[in-house]
Amino acid sequence: MDPSVIADNMPAYLAGFRLSLQLTLVAGAGALVVGALVAMLRVSPLGSLRAFGAVYTELLRNTPLTLVFFFTVYVLPQFTPFRLFGYAAAVLALTLYTSAFVAEAVRSGINSVGIGQSEAARAIGLTFGQTLTSVVLPQAVRSVIPPLINVIIALAKNTSVAAGFAVVELMATGRRLAQGNPADSIMVLVGVALFYLVITIPAGQLAGALERRVAFAR
Amino acid sequence: MSSVLYDVPGPAARRRERIGSVVAGVLVLVVLGLGAWYAAGRGVFAPERWAVLHDPPMGQSAADVWRSLLVTGLGATLRAAALAAPLALLLGLVLAVWRTTRIAWLRWTATAVIELFRGLPVLLVMLFALLAFGWDAFSAVVFGLVVYNMAIIAEIVRAGLAALPKGQTEAGLAVGLSRAQTLRLVLLPQALRTMLPSLVAQLVVLLKDSSLGFIVGYEELLKTIQNNTYFFGNASLVALFTVGAGVYLLVNITLSRLAMRLQGRSRRTAAPPEIAATVGDGATGATTGRITP
Amino acid sequence: MRSARTGLVALLSVSTLALAACSGGGDDAGEAEETAGGGTASEAPADFPEGSTMAALAEEGTITIGTKFDQPLFGLRGPDGTPTGFDVEIGKIIAGKLGIAEDDIEWVETVSANREPFIQSGQVDIVIATYTINDTRKEVVSFAGPYYEAGQSILTLTENEDIQGPDDLAGKRVCTVSGSTPEANLIENYPEAEVQALQAYSDCIEPLRNGQVDAISTDNVILAGFAAQNPDLEVRGEPFTEEPYGIGLALDDTDFRMWINDVLEESFEDGSWEQAWEDTAGTVLPTPEPPAVDRY
Repeated sequence: MDPSVIADNMPAYLAGFRLSLQLTLVAGAGALVVGALVAMLRVSPLGSLRAFGAVYTELLRNTPLTLVFFFTVYVLPQFTPFRLFGYAAAVLALTLYTSAFVAEAVRSGINSVGIGQSEAARAIGLTFGQTLTSVVLPQAVRSVIPPLINVIIALAKNTSVAAGFAVVELMATGRRLAQGNPADSIMVLVGVALFYLVITIPAGQLAGALERRVAFAR
Repeated sequence: MSSVLYDVPGPAARRRERIGSVVAGVLVLVVLGLGAWYAAGRGVFAPERWAVLHDPPMGQSAADVWRSLLVTGLGATLRAAALAAPLALLLGLVLAVWRTTRIAWLRWTATAVIELFRGLPVLLVMLFALLAFGWDAFSAVVFGLVVYNMAIIAEIVRAGLAALPKGQTEAGLAVGLSRAQTLRLVLLPQALRTMLPSLVAQLVVLLKDSSLGFIVGYEELLKTIQNNTYFFGNASLVALFTVGAGVYLLVNITLSRLAMRLQGRSRRTAAPPEIAATVGDGATGATTGRITP
Repeated sequence: MRSARTGLVALLSVSTLALAACSGGGDDAGEAEETAGGGTASEAPADFPEGSTMAALAEEGTITIGTKFDQPLFGLRGPDGTPTGFDVEIGKIIAGKLGIAEDDIEWVETVSANREPFIQSGQVDIVIATYTINDTRKEVVSFAGPYYEAGQSILTLTENEDIQGPDDLAGKRVCTVSGSTPEANLIENYPEAEVQALQAYSDCIEPLRNGQVDAISTDNVILAGFAAQNPDLEVRGEPFTEEPYGIGLALDDTDFRMWINDVLEESFEDGSWEQAWEDTAGTVLPTPEPPAVDRY
């Protein structure tokens, strides 16, 4: 039980932390785009697109993330010419999984905008696309941001699953260090925990503050 | 649902929509078909690749394979979830109530516990139990699931309580109930009803997270699939993966449907305020809010 | 419960050891050999020194052995629950010497992440899991054996001519298992290689075939097993490390360690070790010479 093991391995920790952060940002951005698109599919006038959006979110929300990783690394190469591994496979798995939660958050945000808003938009002759993008979505954003931050926090923690699939992010770094210093393994893991909390606690506070502001603004 | 995002279509628009719908549907099917065609070219659908499910090689019987998947594997997944879920609910409730206390430092400790465990990856907590406490894989998995989910559930309960009108507390106190009684008899019963969908959604998350056990050596469904793949060789991979994914989907969608039905019922009996959409894992937001089934 | 028992047993065996030392007994190894002498005559439970781990296990009639279920030729487990492989056979030999029947062995899966913790907390009595003896691990557990000596090598596609030895791994994606000695060795000695660590070596096969990684590196015997099963894969170059496989057990249990060493040496001589090899790994690999046991 010697805290110096954390200080001694700071470069390794920082490299792992950077990779975890990078995975969070890249997959987070991807999930926001894909998720918003899927949410739009789910409210679109075309039945087959609505069905596709529904199946997409249902499948991904009810599959464990580990299985999604398994899919991108081992099953996808059987069905497509894509050969993803390590970082690229992790980005895809995390993007797919997170996008389903983003889609649900955005959809409930769209539904939370008063019906009168879109009725008014339609009354002045806006099309579906115009109603959605210039009237409904801008208003939905306000109530969607706090849940979206929570989705991203969950993503930050979920990047740890990539440790099982050849990505040396924070968790894998911790396991590697624990293996190299078996007598100090507990302290090594405490170090890993601190780095995760550096991301998740401030983000959680931000979400809480925004949530209160949204509640107040109503 | 009649959406208000677009006009109720007339005959011409309906025809256009039908055509668009069919075109989009065909596009999706073409993409899936291309994948199947590619896989067929790689021999993925060759009968011997699927033999593992009905006539497995290497002196094993199909009954052995299915028993290992459904009894050993799924059984272990459900066992971990069945132990972790009530514990997480109980501890989450305790934490949430603890957080409403009027003694500042006590309240602060509850907040600290919630913030700490909400912010740590479940996998890390499992590894910690394995290494620091020297627990077996099952206990480590259950510990990870309980500790994380109790923090999320505490948050759901807090949001549920916060969403109740202030008058409820005031009325409870006014009729001479103590604060504890008000909480137990007036606030919690009302809050629980609105929280139910979020709670069930969180249980789906808990069940899914049990699959992280494969990294710490707990032989749940995913690990069983892997061990079978190692035994029978990689040719059996797609067949076993298909079964595993199917089982997870079946169990989780059943639970999610239950959540929706509960939500439907609570909406009929009372108009629940929109709550908990912003709590914890992204999943909790999924079944709350005014979502049309 | 189990850990408490094993902990107590370890404590007792340490104290008997201390008593023996006080009463002017010989060195540990010599003493263990004497005690084992009584146990070699028959398969029936022998007279083990009172308070020793051997006595406790023989008394209880069961032993918990940690092994891997993902290592072709060494440790696999079919869906019917029966483990197979060379490690499993070694476990049966040791259990047999304690008078424990094959069916009374409790097999627990140990993965790289939990081998040391499981030994330390007493959830397993011994670990036989292609477990390389090294100094870092000796800080927290102890090792009987080795019972086999492997060496790290490289597996790649037959058609790949670029990789002939470890020096060719620079800039290549090399698949291995996280927490393993091959992983540590690659990071330490071949920093140019892009190490891709998964959970099990079998997990590396499909990515290698699909071109997601360029090579797999681990112990030659494991790779030889893969090459034998898959004609499109080939082992390249000579082994470039020495990986003595040991039997992991509690750090302080010297009596038990020395006793297992005796059992191993005996199995080298009476042909049971060779038999175990030929029944498992020997189906695709030549039979090696048994290694010299290291009584540190």
